[in-house]
Amino acid sequence: MDLSAISPALLLASLMIGATPLLLAALGELVVERAGVLNLGVEGMMILGAICGFAMAVETGSPPLGFLAGAVGGALLSLVFAVLTQIFLANQVATGLALTLFGLGLSSLLGQGYVGIKPPSTARLDLGPLSDIPLLGRAFFSHDWMVYLSLFLTLATWFFLSRTRAGLKLRAIGENHEAAHALGLHVVAIRFAAIAFGGAMAGLGGAYLSLVRVPQWTEGMTAGAGWIALAIVVFASWRPGRVLLGAYLFGGVTVLQLNLQAAGSALPVEYLSMSPYVVTILVLVLISARRSRGTAAPASLGKPFHAVS
Amino acid sequence: MISLVRRPQPSRVWAWATPILAVLLTVIAGSLMFAALGKDPVAAIRTIFYDPLFDPQFAGYSRPQLLVKAGPLILIATGLALGFKAGVWNIGAEGQYIMGAIAGAAAGLALYPIEATFIFPLMVIAGALGGWIWAMIPAILKTRFNTNEILVSLLLVYVAENLLASVAVGALRNPEGGGFPGSRNLAQWASSANAELIADTGLHWGVVAAIIAVIFAYVLLHRHLTGVHIRLAGQAPRAARFAGVNPNRLVVFCFAISGALAGLAGIFEVTGPAGQISIDFNVGYGFTAIIVAFLGRLHPVGILLAGLLMALTYIGGELASFMLGIPAAAIQAFQGMLLFFLLAVDVLTHYSIRLGSKRLA
Repeated sequence: MDLSAISPALLLASLMIGATPLLLAALGELVVERAGVLNLGVEGMMILGAICGFAMAVETGSPPLGFLAGAVGGALLSLVFAVLTQIFLANQVATGLALTLFGLGLSSLLGQGYVGIKPPSTARLDLGPLSDIPLLGRAFFSHDWMVYLSLFLTLATWFFLSRTRAGLKLRAIGENHEAAHALGLHVVAIRFAAIAFGGAMAGLGGAYLSLVRVPQWTEGMTAGAGWIALAIVVFASWRPGRVLLGAYLFGGVTVLQLNLQAAGSALPVEYLSMSPYVVTILVLVLISARRSRGTAAPASLGKPFHAVS
Repeated sequence: MISLVRRPQPSRVWAWATPILAVLLTVIAGSLMFAALGKDPVAAIRTIFYDPLFDPQFAGYSRPQLLVKAGPLILIATGLALGFKAGVWNIGAEGQYIMGAIAGAAAGLALYPIEATFIFPLMVIAGALGGWIWAMIPAILKTRFNTNEILVSLLLVYVAENLLASVAVGALRNPEGGGFPGSRNLAQWASSANAELIADTGLHWGVVAAIIAVIFAYVLLHRHLTGVHIRLAGQAPRAARFAGVNPNRLVVFCFAISGALAGLAGIFEVTGPAGQISIDFNVGYGFTAIIVAFLGRLHPVGILLAGLLMALTYIGGELASFMLGIPAAAIQAFQGMLLFFLLAVDVLTHYSIRLGSKRLA
């Protein structure tokens, strides 16, 4: 194995690229779960976002329109979840799974004509002299604008949840929807908005996968990224700052194993490919073992809400 | 204004009617999807649901396929439903199915080329153990560390898929296969072949196991104390604890049963219909079984019927893709839609719909 083939600057740079889809999807799911809703359909919304974004970008030649389409696709699918769980009071776990199964099927149906095409490339953000700093410039300041948008969205999500009135309402609903309802908050309406936001973010993450990270469309290309995003939310104890940490950690593992594969590691490819999933499981175990006293999860997470009066 | 009023007890009529209503709604929505794809919707629905059973040209081939495909679905779904009833979410059956196939095939191939009658039963036991062990990982992590079993069981599917890819080109590769990935053909080795028991019916040992599992699950759920505990834990976890139900033991029990059944489905598949361990012998039965479990309303007899219906959509889907050029992905979306409608109309079982203004209680 030739480890010198791995350049630290390039590794850090690809870490940021690898972490961005996870960060976007996990941030969306974080807001959904803080509102007390467990949407396990992240994988389905991500892959639908991946194909919607890819198709739109290829057809129009415009990556921004592609990202928009990805977000819209994810949000539309998440609204199916919202209607089923908030109006028809369906089980959230089962509905989330349905969303994933349906999303995988629908995306490969939509993607039939798009296999093997290269998408238009997404513009780099010109950061002027910052990009010219040796090592750091290549690692942190020469990315496309989505990377920086995802960092900005982390900050915005933190600000929204902890510093605004609307964020407080959303958290109140997540902690105790009965009490929030009694206070006159529109539980269902706010949850609809949170779910749609989560869908849009998952779709955006998916579009980033197909437009920048890979960049190509293949069936089932999310390969569990949506599930890892769900694990990151647990890892992060439902806090935006830690979601950033988690996404970069898991993105780092993914990128590192890909680099080791390319460098010709002695470990077989299959064992390297399974490492992100194994690491995710191990981290989940460590987190849950440490937190055995109490949980940081929103108290109403996953419980159905039915207003009696 | 339309409002929902919770029924004091789930409606028995709707419990039976909702799956049928969901299938009808899916057929309507599916027709719209096929029309949007530029296919004749009537012909598509007919090809999926009618032709595999009654068309003189295809029925001869596809009727036996019904049992071949329904067998693993019913076997896996029966185990999953026990857990789902108890609020234990094993959604990694696909991984347990793969590990059962690997473990069973490895046990058999270790003895190749001996011809002996004990080999097939040995492989079946190894298959069940393989699925069981894989399911014990999320179960024990859940009971020991309170780790989320949904995420762990699902993530283990990806680990299992990579292990499958590894053994298909490594440990279990056919030494006489000219370097191609994939194991020896287990269906052509007399000691391991899971052959049709009655010619042209598709009935193999996996189907027999599925029927036994359904009977076993029915007795367990409706004639045994464990069944009461399972239902109680799902409906009222707190009450269950007061009634002396140990939640940890229930988690381990549900994962053990569903894992072992998924492992069985895996070994019956690679010794019969699939024939060998290959990188992609698994076709997602472990995930479709989740739909089957819900479509059957988590009831063993319902699952038997739901498994047959879902098998029909698989076979009809293949036929529709062959005859009408409807992409296979459309069938997958069609199956996903079925689960959506099922979950939506299920509200009628637990709630009644009142028209008119809300009364204040």
